[in-house]
Amino acid sequence: MSELVAIFFSMALVNNMVLVKFLGLCPFFGVSKKLSSAVSMGVAVMLVMLVASAVTWPLFHLLLVPSGVEFMRTVIFILVIASLVQIIEMAIKRTNLTLYNALGIYLPLITTNCAVLGITFINIDSEYTFIQSLAAALGAGVGFSLVLIIMSGIRERLDLADTPKVFRGAPIAFIIAGLLGLAFLAFGGMVG
Amino acid sequence: MSSLAKNFTNGIVRSNPTFILLLGLCPTLAVSTSLDNAIGMTGAVLFVLLAANVIVSLIRRWIPNRVRIPTFIVIIATLVTIVDLGLQGFAWSLSQSLGMYIPLIVVNCIILGRAEAFANRNNVRNSVADAIGMSIGFGVAILLISLVRQLLGTGTLDVFNVRLFSVPGLIDNPASILLLPMGAFFVIGLLLALFRWVGVSECE
Repeated sequence: MSELVAIFFSMALVNNMVLVKFLGLCPFFGVSKKLSSAVSMGVAVMLVMLVASAVTWPLFHLLLVPSGVEFMRTVIFILVIASLVQIIEMAIKRTNLTLYNALGIYLPLITTNCAVLGITFINIDSEYTFIQSLAAALGAGVGFSLVLIIMSGIRERLDLADTPKVFRGAPIAFIIAGLLGLAFLAFGGMVG
Repeated sequence: MSSLAKNFTNGIVRSNPTFILLLGLCPTLAVSTSLDNAIGMTGAVLFVLLAANVIVSLIRRWIPNRVRIPTFIVIIATLVTIVDLGLQGFAWSLSQSLGMYIPLIVVNCIILGRAEAFANRNNVRNSVADAIGMSIGFGVAILLISLVRQLLGTGTLDVFNVRLFSVPGLIDNPASILLLPMGAFFVIGLLLALFRWVGVSECE
């Protein structure tokens, strides 16, 4: 159990998807202008990461490894994730229209989100068990949402600040991401 | 300017994928800690983008419009697997230091974006020009970022174990923060601001 907690916090804070591994930067900069959309995006990514990990792990270990075609994982994983996102989108549309209206436009974007494909690769490369990979996916999703929400909070304030003209928009967003990474460095000693 | 030359230069300056469109940032920032990695990543992206553009452009009349995105993804994923296995076979140390960012080329928005926006609508000749121009634009950006990070972060300039030169003073006390992940954010943020300041790109 303590091992699972360690994996969770390591993925969420120490090896943060965005700030340390540079995965999922497109939504991180694209959807962090408003707090409300950042929350929706974070929840959607967390959901897809969990489902993707739960599906790709057995697929790899029970199908690809016994067949000796581990090298097919890139092709298989991206196709599985793309179809999963479609299925989740349809399921949410059928069951909960309010949720669909909140998450709807973000779900298709997640197919090409490298954080989702990244976490499935990390699960395999770190040789996690099924339960451990779920903990890692949850941690990665929480970490992604956390920095996305922090970032959007800062950027909402930043609109009112008197930023130098050449730094307005993207450049200052990158600098802030760097400062955020510096702050997250302090979590480094937390998980061994 | 002929359309071929225009398609070629488009990706280098006016629609530079990294500095203007802000696409495909994950590998650009993640592996830009040394020039070796940057050169390796540029080569990998050049191969995948060029081959994907040529294949998509060749078969674009036979791809049903509704399944074009999955088709592109399968083509790109196959090419990425080729690069991944090729690097593991012929450049083991490079493949180790690029790690999972090689298979992640498959979700690089530059490649899917060019397949969808350009190769799907243009002939092979123009698609080749577009792919090479975009790859050079990507290469220039990642090389520039890794040059700054390596030079200031280690105080030396090594390319494939050959020391080109070292900066006296800096080599003893390098600004190693630039080699940490957040260093990449600082460098690209300052470079973007610099390009606006000198007038290469426009302010928001």
